[in-house]
Amino acid sequence: MVTLKIDGREITADSGKTVLEAARENNIYIPTLCVNEAVAAYGACRLCMVEVTRGNRKRLVASCLYEVAEGLVVDTQTERVVNIRRMVMELLLARCPNSSEVIDMARNLGVDKSRFQPENQDNSCVLCALCTRVCREVVGKSAISLVSRGTDRQVALPFCDDSDACIACGSCVYVCPTNAIKMEDRGDVRIITWPSSAHEFKMKKCASCGSHFAPEKQIAFMMAKSGLEAEKFELCMNCRP
Amino acid sequence: MSKISVKNDTLAKILDRYDKDKGQLISILQDVQAEYNYLPREAVEFVSSQLDVPLSQVYSVATFFKAFSLKPRGRHTVHVCMGTACHVRGAAQILQQMQNEMKISCGDTTEDGKFTLESVACVGACALGPLVVVDGEYAGQMTVNKVKPLLEKYD
Repeated sequence: MVTLKIDGREITADSGKTVLEAARENNIYIPTLCVNEAVAAYGACRLCMVEVTRGNRKRLVASCLYEVAEGLVVDTQTERVVNIRRMVMELLLARCPNSSEVIDMARNLGVDKSRFQPENQDNSCVLCALCTRVCREVVGKSAISLVSRGTDRQVALPFCDDSDACIACGSCVYVCPTNAIKMEDRGDVRIITWPSSAHEFKMKKCASCGSHFAPEKQIAFMMAKSGLEAEKFELCMNCRP
Repeated sequence: MSKISVKNDTLAKILDRYDKDKGQLISILQDVQAEYNYLPREAVEFVSSQLDVPLSQVYSVATFFKAFSLKPRGRHTVHVCMGTACHVRGAAQILQQMQNEMKISCGDTTEDGKFTLESVACVGACALGPLVVVDGEYAGQMTVNKVKPLLEKYD
């Protein structure tokens, strides 16, 4: 256990925890986009910047990656912190000018307009990599990754067309903080649309009621993982005894 | 342009050189690129399966570094310097002339597989500007008229 100060409040936290975790345990709000407890911290969105003071030295750090330490002094609301967060928000707003999630978040931080020129009106991906991290760390498939660099960087399948590794589970869709990945079940196919391309996956039919209830590849994956026999996966949720 | 056939035993030799070590992915891809002049899709897929690294991650690395190309490249690489010093001495016109001569746009490879044309931000030889680098050889004080004779030196 270590004792630190966040916004003037004395707080104790387990050593090894991050400043963000310690703050959240004590109901101190720090905005984030790329944090999800299901995956390791990544530090992509830079919205969680805070000012830490150690001795005479002050610096800005990403609180999702910075570990607590004895005697650490953290400020989450100084002018410098608020300014840098607003700047990050303006950049995100220029990247995703029509994403309602980004617009709402910007408004909460007092940003209505970006000084930067948006390049693509339709983009809503902030490149936080939550989708690729979940696919890798939780699902264990690594079907998608961040490809290219700089302004060309995007979430994509290998060669933008190889959906072999994808089981169409939709975890990437679920975890995306800005709804940049879309999923639609249309009868016997599920369509997942990543920022780079869209792909169709076959759905399995329930042996009893005939409704299409899950992607065939996801069922095969679950079958292999659980070691259960195929007949356990023949029925949809509603038809199971 | 004739299609290069990717031989698995050539790739296996490269992989063996690195004991199929996942940590050597970049070195392995560099050797593959040296072999084929680019990274053929089949080669990337083979490396991924042999190293047991997800294809998405190999693809991520292959697209991240400028040194890797997933498109076939020409026998000669032409870099036109677009740095500040070259720019003020007319690098844009040199690049335009290159594109006209080769009938391709910057970043592409000629139909016959002879040249790949690329621009570069600065090669650090500003006194020679405007500068063109072909296969590592510097051609300084370029003019629009010197473009054609320069390209004719290569086959």
